[in-house]
Amino acid sequence: MRGFTLIGRARASTRGRGDASCEDGAVIELQGLSKAYANSPAPVVRRLSFTVADGEFLVLVGESGSGKTTTLNMINRLVEPSEGVIRVDGEDVLALDAVTLRRRMGYVFQGAGLFPHMTVAENIAVTPRLLGWPRAQSEARVDELLELVRLAPGAYRGRLPRELSGGQQQRVALARALAARPKIMLMDEPFGALDPLIRDDLAEDYRQIHERLKLTTIFVTHDMTEAMLLGDRIAVMRDGTLVQIGTPNELLGAPADDFVKALFDTPRKRARRLAQVLQAAP
Amino acid sequence: MNSFDEAWSNLPDFLSWHVLLSVSALALGLLISLPLAVLATRNRVLRGGALTFASLIQTIPSLALLALFYPVLLALSHFTQARLGFGFRALGFLPALLALTLYSMLPVLRNTITALAGIDPAIKMAARGVGMTRSQALVLVELPLAAPIIMAGIRTAAVWVIGTATLATPIGQTSLGNYIFTGLQTENYVFVLFGVVSAAGLAILVDRLLALSEDGLARRSRGRVAASLAGLALVIGASLYPMFAPAERSVVIGTKSFDEQYILGNVIADRLHAAGIATTRRDGLGSTVIFRALAAGDLDVYVDYSGTIWANEMKRADSPGRAAVLAEMAGWMKQTYGIRMVGGLGFENAYAFVMPRAKADALHIATLADLAAYAPRLRIGGDFEIFSRPEWRAVQAAYGLKFGVQRQYQANLMYNALTGGDVDVISAFSSDGRIAQYDLKVLGDPKGALPPYDAILLVSPAHANDDALLTALKPLVGAIDLKTMQQANLTVDRPDDKQSPAQAARWLESKIGR
Repeated sequence: MRGFTLIGRARASTRGRGDASCEDGAVIELQGLSKAYANSPAPVVRRLSFTVADGEFLVLVGESGSGKTTTLNMINRLVEPSEGVIRVDGEDVLALDAVTLRRRMGYVFQGAGLFPHMTVAENIAVTPRLLGWPRAQSEARVDELLELVRLAPGAYRGRLPRELSGGQQQRVALARALAARPKIMLMDEPFGALDPLIRDDLAEDYRQIHERLKLTTIFVTHDMTEAMLLGDRIAVMRDGTLVQIGTPNELLGAPADDFVKALFDTPRKRARRLAQVLQAAP
Repeated sequence: MNSFDEAWSNLPDFLSWHVLLSVSALALGLLISLPLAVLATRNRVLRGGALTFASLIQTIPSLALLALFYPVLLALSHFTQARLGFGFRALGFLPALLALTLYSMLPVLRNTITALAGIDPAIKMAARGVGMTRSQALVLVELPLAAPIIMAGIRTAAVWVIGTATLATPIGQTSLGNYIFTGLQTENYVFVLFGVVSAAGLAILVDRLLALSEDGLARRSRGRVAASLAGLALVIGASLYPMFAPAERSVVIGTKSFDEQYILGNVIADRLHAAGIATTRRDGLGSTVIFRALAAGDLDVYVDYSGTIWANEMKRADSPGRAAVLAEMAGWMKQTYGIRMVGGLGFENAYAFVMPRAKADALHIATLADLAAYAPRLRIGGDFEIFSRPEWRAVQAAYGLKFGVQRQYQANLMYNALTGGDVDVISAFSSDGRIAQYDLKVLGDPKGALPPYDAILLVSPAHANDDALLTALKPLVGAIDLKTMQQANLTVDRPDDKQSPAQAARWLESKIGR
């Protein structure tokens, strides 16, 4: 049960933005990670290596099919790696029981995936229930989390997912992922299907939660603006390999190749055009 | 007692067996189908195999499916008897249960597989993501979500099983089908309707109650599910209540599926009741099934006909005369099975080939030998058995009969077919009152191809030395002559002023006068 040291362990050190490249005290380490499927010729992920520091917010970007989601899913072993090593706090994740591992990591993906037959409270309490928490403790935790994701517990506890808007559903999904006090959050385009306003709200809220709870987050997106606004560091993937990893400023200032340059030009171009449009307006 | 009252008085017995059979078959079916469906969603080969098997079962006519289990179980019982020293009853509840269980599987399998396969992949992903094991995901997420569709499958299965359970009657399992089969044989449409309405009513009631469950599962309303379960418990409890009334060990009386048998069954029951012996009935059994059932002890007493056993069981083709046949048969049955022949009732119910008198006279046909020349241009009608019995082969061989058209009828309708001109000759029974009523000519058998068919009282090996039973039955030996039996049969068979077999039995008892 040594793995349980991960849960709820208070961490003193949190790094500020742009100061996360230090390898010391790393939480998640990927070494030579590959994934190949029997029925496809080329591997989806090829010999991927990077390290995510304690308390860091890492954003994985790349075009669709670049291997971002597969990489994320290998960390909580929804996908089993073909080769390579994943370590969390120095512990070999592939040697652990996959189910136990998943209960220790929060996981949110596009489309929420709430259980339609369970109320909001039951959805949030599902992992605590699996872990055998006492009822009173998980009830209290549900209220605490609803407050955290800014939904009034009295109004939302007893509702069914279909009675919620898309944004509210995604807030509940976030609360569910945080329920068992994970230190690591894996997020796969969690806000991708939402309206832009709600999306920005939620992204901002989540960044604060990440700070407050001292989480380590790996966040997949293909929206470069979102990536630059949220990430301490950004990892760019293409064709299953890591092209470049660094702070937004590093990547803007010294892009590794034309692909990375083009990727980071997009938000800049859009910002310039936006400024022009706003100036032209009376 | 009129037909409705008689039907009503049988309801507790018939309904309780019907419900017990249906509920057991459905429960056993679910016990097999649900786990199989869950395994099938994870294994493509198993899924294909299970669905094909269940579909195949549906293509077998349900009556045949029920009937097929009897020989299979009988063989199995012989095997276990020989190898392991115990046998079991191959007739009645067990074959009906197994056939209905198979019958219930398809809708449950199909709906469960479809429902589990149709669950949103995002939800299954979420179940894994929050750290559920495979079985936790199944129990906490997939099954609850699939529940309304699974329940719809259970509803279909329940209605099928309740409807098909009426077909358990011919293999010796009492059910609401007893009304239908007895009613059809005796042209008592009050009985038929009573059986149809009660079976349909039960099916609709159960369907509505399960619909409430389905609705409750879909809306996640515990109240509805609870109300539905309470309703079902009430229906099942009330139906089964008569079974728990104090029961005594009773003698099982069997009958074949025609009027004379029903009348004689009632006569035997009345005599045994008068002697203080409790009885139960297994009505409407097939000719071969009934003899095997007696030998196996599934039945205790019934009336058979000497020629039937002579030809079908002893495989004899010769015909040494009434007395010789009886004597030889009694010895053979005792030695082979331990069956006790109490004696002949005093009349014969032989196969008799008959034609409308006018037609027979016009063609100058008096015997089966005369018939041979005309046969290719004539149409013959028979009951469901005759054309596959050795007696028919013997008659065909003796007279070189080859008919142009050969048709099979339910025994009663055979006479209508003959008088209506659908066929020219039928294989009737000599004790049938309708031969005289319709003025039919019985064709002679100069070559003696048909054996004698004395009505004989047979008792199972277990009761072969049961003095109380034998004493109660003895007065029936030699007590019924052909004319009296024909009259009794006619009161049940005639279209007007029809009597029930129970009424005819009472009339017959008054004639026996003991």
